[in-house]
Amino acid sequence: MPQLDISTFPSQIFWLTVTFAALFLIMWKVAVPRIADVLESRQRRIEDNLDKAAEFKKDAEAAIEAYENAIAEARASAQSTINEMAQNLATDMAAQEAALAEKLQARISESEAAISDAKTAAISSIRDVAQDVASSAVEKLVGDAPDASVVGSAIDSALKARS
Amino acid sequence: MAVEKHSPLAQFEIKELIPMEIGSLDASFTNSSLVMVLTVVSIAAFLVLGMRKHAHVPGRWQSMAELSYIFIANMVKDTVGSEGRTYFPFIFSVFMFVLFGNLWGMVPYSFAFTSHIAVTFTMAAFVFIGVTLIALAKHKMHFFSFFMPQGAPIYMAPLLIPIEVISYLSRPISLSVRLFANMLAGHTLLKVFAGFVISLGALGVLPLLFVVALTGLEFVIAFLQAFVFAILTCLYLNDALHLH
Repeated sequence: MPQLDISTFPSQIFWLTVTFAALFLIMWKVAVPRIADVLESRQRRIEDNLDKAAEFKKDAEAAIEAYENAIAEARASAQSTINEMAQNLATDMAAQEAALAEKLQARISESEAAISDAKTAAISSIRDVAQDVASSAVEKLVGDAPDASVVGSAIDSALKARS
Repeated sequence: MAVEKHSPLAQFEIKELIPMEIGSLDASFTNSSLVMVLTVVSIAAFLVLGMRKHAHVPGRWQSMAELSYIFIANMVKDTVGSEGRTYFPFIFSVFMFVLFGNLWGMVPYSFAFTSHIAVTFTMAAFVFIGVTLIALAKHKMHFFSFFMPQGAPIYMAPLLIPIEVISYLSRPISLSVRLFANMLAGHTLLKVFAGFVISLGALGVLPLLFVVALTGLEFVIAFLQAFVFAILTCLYLNDALHLH
């Protein structure tokens, strides 16, 4: 069994020591620090990014809040503007209506006065026409023009009886 | 001890490649030494070249290098605690050395230096002596309380102390024999069944299938034994740092 051949032991142990010492030095001075470095910087970077993300999230939340506040404010101001406008409109409309009603009323009374004037004028002209008609009718029937004052008083009494 | 050319044990023979002597000691560069050098070079390449990009988002290779680091770092943290950080490079080296040594042994016509008791016992003895020195430096004479289990009645001491001392002293033996025997048995078994493939003719398909399955198992064992060696080193270190 070659494992029990003691003559090979010194060489095996010597080379084991040499190679393992070399490996340990490489590990200790190069490989382990290098890997640890990469792992650490990755960990740091991940934490960094997480921190940044949290910060951004906070910013976003603040922005959302500001936006919501702005919207609520705008809504409130719009509501108040609408209310004001509605009120203004209502008062304007009432005033205009009142003015129109007044104007119409004035027009109506004016027209009524004109109508009554026209009526009196018409009534007085009826008397003249009646006198003319009566005079010319009497003249045609009798052949002689009647006295104007007699005709006038007869018409007056007839008109009085009518009205 | 002479070994026949096609014996299953022929694969464990140590062949001198470059004869060398230091003083009166034979320090020849052998096939075993060659695989050790290859092991160290491949570990260095795997870890150092794999990490050369320093990528924040690792590729496959860098990911494997990082995973092996994290695997051992977690193991050290879980078994030893935060004091274990100092010893992490050593334990990582032990794990990678045994793992890559075992894996190099799986290459056909290569050599499994972990199947030699001289190698595994040297490593186990180094771990044992190192751990004992750490314990002595940290706890001074108090270290010897380790051999008397806490809470045991004092009249049991004559029985308990020898048992504890023997179990402590047998640690390097169990640590080295476990690895050596696993590798020796696995490689011998592979070779024996591989021999049947030819000699059984058409029926050789059965041992062939067995050899294929066994090769897969040997890869698992290669990893498992490296893990066991490293975790036992951690446990011994934990005992040294914290006693009970």
